[in-house]
Amino acid sequence: MASPTTSELLELTAAGALRRIDEGELPADEVFDAYAEVAAAEELNAYLWRAEPGTRPTPPSADESEQLRGLPVAVKDLFCTEGIKTTAGSRILEGYRPPYTATAVRRLSQAGARVLGKTNMDEFAMGSSNENSAYGPVLNPWDRARVPGGSSGGSAAAVAGRLAPWAIGTDTGGSIRQPASLCGIVGLKPTYGAISRYGMVAFASSLDQCGPLTRDVTDAALLLRAMEGRDPLDSTSVGIDGGVELPSREDLGGLRVGVARDFSHHAEGVEPGVAETFERSLATIEQLGGSIEEIELPHAEHGISAYYVLAPAEASANLARYDGVRYGLRVDGVADLVAMYERTRARGFGLEVKRRIMLGTYALSSGYYEAYYGSAQKVRTLIARDFERAFERCDLVVTPTSPSVAFELGARTADPLAMYLSDYFTVPMSLAGIPAISIPAGLAEPPGGGTPLPVGLQLAAPAFAESRLLDAAHALELAIDFQERPA
Amino acid sequence: MTTENGWRQRYEPVIGLEIHVQLSTRTKMFCGCELSFGEQPNLHTCPICLAHPGSLPVTNEQAVRYALQIALALDCEIAPRSIFHRKNYFYPDNPKAYQISQYDIPLATAGRLGDVRIHRVHLEEDAAKLVHVSASGRIHGSGSSLVDFNRGGTPLVEIVTEPDLDDPATAREWLQLLRTTIKQIGVSDVNMEEGSLRCDANVSLRPVGADALGVKAELKNMNSFRFLERGINAELERQAALLDAEEQVEQETLHFDPRSGELTPLRSKEYAHDYRYFPEPDLVPLAPTEAMLSEARESLPELPASRRERYLAELELADKQATQLAFDADLGAYFEAALAAADGTTPKVIANWVTGELVASLREAKADDADPASSRVSPDALAKLAGMVERKEISTGAARRVLATLVAEGGDPTRIVEREGLGQLDDSGELEAIVARAVESDPEAAARVRDGNMKAIGPLVGFVMRETKGRADGGEVTRLIRERLGLG
Repeated sequence: MASPTTSELLELTAAGALRRIDEGELPADEVFDAYAEVAAAEELNAYLWRAEPGTRPTPPSADESEQLRGLPVAVKDLFCTEGIKTTAGSRILEGYRPPYTATAVRRLSQAGARVLGKTNMDEFAMGSSNENSAYGPVLNPWDRARVPGGSSGGSAAAVAGRLAPWAIGTDTGGSIRQPASLCGIVGLKPTYGAISRYGMVAFASSLDQCGPLTRDVTDAALLLRAMEGRDPLDSTSVGIDGGVELPSREDLGGLRVGVARDFSHHAEGVEPGVAETFERSLATIEQLGGSIEEIELPHAEHGISAYYVLAPAEASANLARYDGVRYGLRVDGVADLVAMYERTRARGFGLEVKRRIMLGTYALSSGYYEAYYGSAQKVRTLIARDFERAFERCDLVVTPTSPSVAFELGARTADPLAMYLSDYFTVPMSLAGIPAISIPAGLAEPPGGGTPLPVGLQLAAPAFAESRLLDAAHALELAIDFQERPA
Repeated sequence: MTTENGWRQRYEPVIGLEIHVQLSTRTKMFCGCELSFGEQPNLHTCPICLAHPGSLPVTNEQAVRYALQIALALDCEIAPRSIFHRKNYFYPDNPKAYQISQYDIPLATAGRLGDVRIHRVHLEEDAAKLVHVSASGRIHGSGSSLVDFNRGGTPLVEIVTEPDLDDPATAREWLQLLRTTIKQIGVSDVNMEEGSLRCDANVSLRPVGADALGVKAELKNMNSFRFLERGINAELERQAALLDAEEQVEQETLHFDPRSGELTPLRSKEYAHDYRYFPEPDLVPLAPTEAMLSEARESLPELPASRRERYLAELELADKQATQLAFDADLGAYFEAALAAADGTTPKVIANWVTGELVASLREAKADDADPASSRVSPDALAKLAGMVERKEISTGAARRVLATLVAEGGDPTRIVEREGLGQLDDSGELEAIVARAVESDPEAAARVRDGNMKAIGPLVGFVMRETKGRADGGEVTRLIRERLGLG
């Protein structure tokens, strides 16, 4: 077979590109350069930093057994990369070059991947539309008047817009799954503890988890396999016992798939197009031999409320280190230390970040702690128990990923609560620490009509059952056969 | 403090201590940087102890082992599962803007050391060191401040007592006991001047006989045992004066200035915080295994309290002496070494020589370091000397002269005795001849003694001692003089 044209090359999945590299049909450097060129000319504002075409970043291990053969990977700008500027989408880290590299990125490099670029994101991963980046919003490749979702919006737009073969992002309450859904790609949030958080700029430490954004389920498994594992630098990391199998299932025979109608069907604000697509997905599951089990997740609907206490509380502490003393932005020329802190943080943080710092500080304050943080922790425990009970009766749980398709830029910026509800379906899994994946389930017209846009289906599995989750997602992916591409 | 203590009839002091001990682990509490003291600033730092974005803490296992040893030595109950919290506050010595500490479930609780109950023992990390470029040494009013992160992240054990102390001198003695205990475990340098042992005191007064506690003040920066006592004394005087004037004691934190001996309130911004504690999500709970616990238990050396018991029961030392040797780590170690070197000498005799003559001669010789371990007198030599006295090979007076020589130049007491001819006169014929000469030389004194005035014997004994260069045994000389004068 002749070597592919650039446009063919950009359509390949990572696994597809690897196969061609292995078969000698495609030089690995050509893949890197092709992506470096399109990334350099991109118009989605997906990247905050790009490797130059023609540069040959030397992977730390040039081991023959390396699996990823020099393939480019886009990395959310929340991961520290030694010597490469890392902003977390914030002005407060302007000019910051980390002295070290995040474990997840280091593992990818050791597996032979090369960092193609650092992707735009909502500031400190706080947002569901990527409009909270200090470096401007990312545009959705399906419709540039719409948001790509967030907070890993740059990674999702880059993969969907053929600006990267694949990418990594982070998910705290839906930040991988929701943009994957809005951009028509695959996004996996692994079990909390599967991948090291070392070097990932912290937002909410008990929820943050790194994961892949890819063109298909097999690519997600490949990235997960390269990154998962216990890291001595992260006490909460455990890895996935038994490793990650590449998915192979083509049916769902014998699998019990749980649907919590109270949670997924009767929720307010679910767009009709999303609901219809979800119903079609349930039918597909049954056609593949899976059985639909009615389950209850009685506390899941309180997930958003608990999340918006816990995540800001942790964030208020995690973001306190940005004080202008040691790195990043500092506003000088003020009278004293406290004024320097205040001016630096006032100028360095955006509105949403400030809002969450205020919320979190309040929730942890003496006299309010039990009422807010204490109650939210109880809700979190109840939601985790809901899933444990559900998984006694089923193997997987499915929901829509997002209540809506991609919305227009600016549509929700004035209404934080409406924005927070974007994560209604994804937050409960984050609180429970269990793995969940979003795969493209079809296209639906946005309310009021217009170009059809991607709709995601979310599958969730018990903790560390990633192989089961990926297998089922693979079977559904084959059956759904989502072939549409952004124009 | 010499002010009138009349208030002591009216008020009773209630004192509790909060002690911070820097552990002498190789590396910091949550990262791999080495511990250091007095090195070039910011040499021992990394992304973790500088709080770079994305860095995470990992608990130092050695620090946990050391803390368990301290907790067990203080007879505490160890929590099967304790957790770390974040204590949030902004300050340049605190790069994460939170300190990782323990809060509602500490490593250990409910212990006791001596007469003082231990409320809790927990693990945390030390702050970085701030150097304020100003005269006052405090941050307000200083022109600029420099931060040295070498110290930041050093493992600390915090020990909080119950308010069981009622007197500044006792507080000082108890802190010395705690210091000795920790020093003997070998998990810290416990040096107050270098800051590896720090003590804050909570001080209040209440009417004698009252149950309810008065309003307390927290005293900081008393960086020596002497300052601790002085600081508490000063605060008690201040509170007594307030109460006498029927004014309120305010709950506040006071900074002790060792130069002026004064206590000044810390400005509220420096201490009045809502720390917004919450569980540290980056760390897993601390659950010591049974193996860790038994290892910590077995590795504990003999501690002061049980050593004191042994000295009383087995060595039959006097109470005061047993306490001194058990609670003073340096002196105790010296005594143990002398005991080990002794060849059948009664421990009590050795103890007398260590706590009495040795300490006195070292002080008299104004040795730079009054620590016996670093003096020229080896424990071996002292044991030998005490043995010679006990066996009456030399007189006490001669032994004092030998000790003076040992303090000045060291050496072997047997050789010194030989060289200076200080051996006890055991030839009673020779001694009797000298006694006879003494009686002849001072017939007046002899007559008075014969008449029953025993005070007059002094000059006669003195004559014999001069003649024998102090080698004669005083008791024996007296006996021989009385015999000579027909007094039997």
